[in-house]
Amino acid sequence: MTARIKRHSDRGRMRSRLCWTIVAWVVAIVFFFPVLWMVVTAFKPEPSAYTYPPTFSFHPTLSEFRQVFSRGVGTFLQNSAIATVGSTVIAVGLAAPAAYALSIRSVRKWRDGMFFFISTKMLPIVAAIVPLYVLARDLHLVDNIWVLILLFGAMNIPISVWMMRSFFLEVPTDMLEASRVDGAPLRRELLEIMLPVVAPGVAATALICVIFSWNEYFLALNLTATSAATVPVFLQGFITSEGLYYAKLAAAATLASLPVIAVGWIAQRQLVRGLSMGAIK
Amino acid sequence: MAEVDLQGVSRYYPGSKTAAVQTLDLHVNDGEFMVLVGPSGSGKTTALRMLAGLEPVSEGVVRIGGREVTHLSPQDRDIAMVFQNYALYPQKTVRENIDFPLRMHKVGKEERDRRIADVAKLLGLEELLDRKPKALSGGQRQRVAMGRAIVREPQTFLMDEPLSNLDAKLRVQTRVQIAALQKRLEVTTVYVTHDQIEAMTMGDRVAVLRDGQLQQCASPRALYESPSNVFVAGFIGSPGMNLREVAVLDGERVLLGKRSLPLPARLRTPFSQVQGDHLTIGIRPEHFKLVAQDSDLYGEVALVEELGADALLHVSVEGLDDPLVVRTDGRRPAKVGETLHLTVLDDDIFGFHPVSGARM
Repeated sequence: MTARIKRHSDRGRMRSRLCWTIVAWVVAIVFFFPVLWMVVTAFKPEPSAYTYPPTFSFHPTLSEFRQVFSRGVGTFLQNSAIATVGSTVIAVGLAAPAAYALSIRSVRKWRDGMFFFISTKMLPIVAAIVPLYVLARDLHLVDNIWVLILLFGAMNIPISVWMMRSFFLEVPTDMLEASRVDGAPLRRELLEIMLPVVAPGVAATALICVIFSWNEYFLALNLTATSAATVPVFLQGFITSEGLYYAKLAAAATLASLPVIAVGWIAQRQLVRGLSMGAIK
Repeated sequence: MAEVDLQGVSRYYPGSKTAAVQTLDLHVNDGEFMVLVGPSGSGKTTALRMLAGLEPVSEGVVRIGGREVTHLSPQDRDIAMVFQNYALYPQKTVRENIDFPLRMHKVGKEERDRRIADVAKLLGLEELLDRKPKALSGGQRQRVAMGRAIVREPQTFLMDEPLSNLDAKLRVQTRVQIAALQKRLEVTTVYVTHDQIEAMTMGDRVAVLRDGQLQQCASPRALYESPSNVFVAGFIGSPGMNLREVAVLDGERVLLGKRSLPLPARLRTPFSQVQGDHLTIGIRPEHFKLVAQDSDLYGEVALVEELGADALLHVSVEGLDDPLVVRTDGRRPAKVGETLHLTVLDDDIFGFHPVSGARM
């Protein structure tokens, strides 16, 4: 009797697990399909990219990639890389002490501080673009890579503070206190005791900053022209009044995605640990 | 080694009007093992943290080794502390954990290696030196935390409930080891616990705290035999003292429920100065004697707790809300429903002021 009930409940559990597996795969495929389609299209010759209904049978070619390179994607990639790395260093560098003050050495009115940071994201960027443009013009920073480094950095500080604060809250307070009792000055406490514990969280934060900066389009479009334009602006160049160049656009977009995918791949282990910090005690 | 002195020390948390610790005066002698004990919220950990410099002192003076350290940072106090959760550095090996305080105090490499080896030998950590904390059991972690504290050879050890995360058996073993180690090293130690058995077995003296106030500071024996008030009387001893508010008849007998006992002669004069006809009396479970018959105090056994060597009998006495707890020999305990006759020596009846709770 009990054996039969057990077998029934086992079967029920198996069935529910199968259902959830199917749901997970369907959702994953729905999300992944556009990316797959982009990569596939990138290897099509331009005429095949237009065929309707779309087809998977075609002669793969690298000609669209060649054309993308011939249009000078290198400079845009370089600009994107500089703006991304520079702004990430600024965002993480400034947000880390702020998060420390808002978590471990909790300052008075920390809630207001946290709200202030996130409130800066409530203003639509469109509303800020004119003053930003005027400021950039007066400072002779229009079409200068520094304007993007500074603005991307500022743009990412709020999310960095919020993320890092939640990671820092996971640091056991008595571990830091133990280091103080053991005679460690603040610098040693931070670098030798705290940093190794929060490193996955900081890495996860930095990766989010990299992704946001790399993909930023609006500020780059409005504040740069030729010398400081980034990859998203370059991509936009394929959408012209004469029509869309699907295959070229797909090839350029694939190229543009590669660095982020690469960084994500390299940081994968840290990222998973960072994003699940606090989930597992 | 050093004397530790807290003079009128208070701590008010921001936004709170009541003190977490209120004008605490405590003197710990050189080499003494002082235990701070009390229920949660009694301020014992706050007092220890003020001593460590981890908590600001709102009022009063803290001295370690005759030097005022009230506002010094923990780094400058020459103390070592063992935390409740051990607070080991997870990314460092056992060796690096023990080495850390030495490095921070700029001890030379050779000296450091020698001291780490000594400590590892003393605490049986030799095999574990290259492991990370996560690969250690609770007891091993506890020993590493001890090692990290003693390797510095500080003036004072501070310990914040270091045994509370161990299982019961290991706790008893480690309790003995810590007490023996402290005797051997002769380092002044302040130890916080909520467990009165730990306090009684380890401390040279025990300071009992409640609601941030020191209730009594004395040797374990003195706390047991002459508690200064009803709180200490109830807190020290396991199981706790039977405390009951009773009515006094003619100044000579007390009514325990519907049964009466003679009021001990030594309590009669102090009782005559109490307004009203009530007082609180206390009798320890182990001080009841079972007699065959002819006792004024008797009741029915409601529950028997077998402890092996002893048994605790919960005896319902007519007119009392809660049964009295009586400790007897565990070999032939009474059965539930049996009627027991009890006596108590006069000297074993404690009397407390019904309002202030002070011992009479």
